[in-house]
Amino acid sequence: MIELTHVSKCYGKESILNDLSAMIEKGKLTACVGPNGAGKTTLLEMISRLNRTDSGEIYINGGEVNEWNSGNLAKTLSILKQSNQFTMRLTIKELVSFGRFPYTKGKLNEYCHEVIERSLVQVGLLEQADQYIDTLSGGQLQRALIAMVLAQDTEYILLDEPLNNLDIKYSIQLMKIIRELVDVFGKTIITVIHDINFASAYADNLIAMKDGKLFASGPVNEIINAETIQSLFDTEVEVIERKGKKVILYY
Amino acid sequence: MTKNRLVYRKVLIMGGIMIVLMFLYMTIGSRGNWSYIVSLRGKKIVALILVSICSTVATIVFHTISQNRILTPTIIGMDTLYIFFQTIVLFSLSHFHAIAQNKYWNFFLSGMAMMLFSLVLYGLFFKLYPGRIYLLLMTGLILGTCLRSLTTFLQVLMEPNEFLLLQSRLFASFNRVEVGLVGISIGIVIPTILYIFLHRRSLDVLHLGRAQAIALGLGVDRFNLKLFIMISLLTAVSTALVGPVMFLGFLGANVSYKIFETYEHSILFLGGCFFTISFVLLGQMMIEHVFHFQTTLSVVLEFVGGSYFLYVLLKEREVIK
Repeated sequence: MIELTHVSKCYGKESILNDLSAMIEKGKLTACVGPNGAGKTTLLEMISRLNRTDSGEIYINGGEVNEWNSGNLAKTLSILKQSNQFTMRLTIKELVSFGRFPYTKGKLNEYCHEVIERSLVQVGLLEQADQYIDTLSGGQLQRALIAMVLAQDTEYILLDEPLNNLDIKYSIQLMKIIRELVDVFGKTIITVIHDINFASAYADNLIAMKDGKLFASGPVNEIINAETIQSLFDTEVEVIERKGKKVILYY
Repeated sequence: MTKNRLVYRKVLIMGGIMIVLMFLYMTIGSRGNWSYIVSLRGKKIVALILVSICSTVATIVFHTISQNRILTPTIIGMDTLYIFFQTIVLFSLSHFHAIAQNKYWNFFLSGMAMMLFSLVLYGLFFKLYPGRIYLLLMTGLILGTCLRSLTTFLQVLMEPNEFLLLQSRLFASFNRVEVGLVGISIGIVIPTILYIFLHRRSLDVLHLGRAQAIALGLGVDRFNLKLFIMISLLTAVSTALVGPVMFLGFLGANVSYKIFETYEHSILFLGGCFFTISFVLLGQMMIEHVFHFQTTLSVVLEFVGGSYFLYVLLKEREVIK
């Protein structure tokens, strides 16, 4: 379980996160939604110790994030960032192999190769494994990065807008992979999603954020209703139900 | 697999070329006069190898940390500090003074000055602004410029004789290397290189960028601090040994990226060092047998390295277009 208590962060005078407390349930897919600039990415960065909190604590499996040994945390929690640039040429397989670094410090053993191959199969890139990443399309690169996170094989996985650059087919495929990781492999996944409908269709829980504050949190079905979504995004929406899933119409 | 085998073969070929050149360098025109040749050229060859290794490894590590392949460690002002130190010693003490006269003292003190400088600068920096490498480089650049201006100022005020002495000392030269200094340098360089080589896989991870490296459990800030100190150590040794060589490491690093086309530091270090050593040996042979000591090795190194630097710059510009 991940527990956030009174987390705040400022950049200069601008407050990014303001006294945010939340719980992230184990073994569930939690989607983090909210308008641009709500502090979602910052929140994910803090949970994954890429960014420090100004005040407040974040507990991962009972241990405060800054007290965790960084190497051990890398075996417990992985993150896919929003923007990724590479200065060197490497193949998909080499990129994915980096996911095993926390375990073997770079020396790959039999088991590593197994995990790497499994991750590549999961995102559908096994055949292109020896292709260089600078020749990939945005969607392929995104999937390669996800395979790297999968290879890290951690209990918690944080994804910052994993659907970036993916078309509908791969978006759905990825959401299904994520669902499978939660349902079959018992992972706990927190993901920032911009498309509220994807969140509604696939997530278990929602954390809605606005202006650095927690707007609402809880199971998807309780949060998603026209009123909440409207005031969250300041946009008029209509919520309809179809096959037991709520769909938000906003145009 | 095939790709890996190809890379290993390239490294082996490079190593072979290096060994042939070493052999040639030691034997060309020796006329069987071994004891003389070994003592004269052996000393030089060790210094050449040391400087090549120092500058190549330091530059590759520097490129990885800064994620930029055009920079050289000179940007943090190590050799400027060396020049400043030499200038101020000759300026304030006369050239009869122990520090100016005694090579060991000079080596020791200038090395210490460079280390102290980098320890204070980086120690402070990584505490205050973790992760802001470019701000650090900028500060180094500005401090370096400041030191250079001060140096020029002092040199203008200097007595002409002392200025000449200084100038001859500041040109990189492999002909006046002290045997004793080589021994001390080896003692410093080997543990440093060993540390860097043992952490080659963590260096590979740094290629992915700071955030990704932290996410994979690498203590990036501490690691960077250590690496920066080692870069200064290597640069300090190489500078104190033969004087400032600016583009040698740049050439070695960039050519090895080009030849070996890999991100793996193990290969880059090995291949890069093989290349740089071969290149320096070739240069030295040309100096000795073609130019008959009419010019110095540093001129050749800086000319070729500098030309390559310009070439890389122009090519980068085309990519941006």
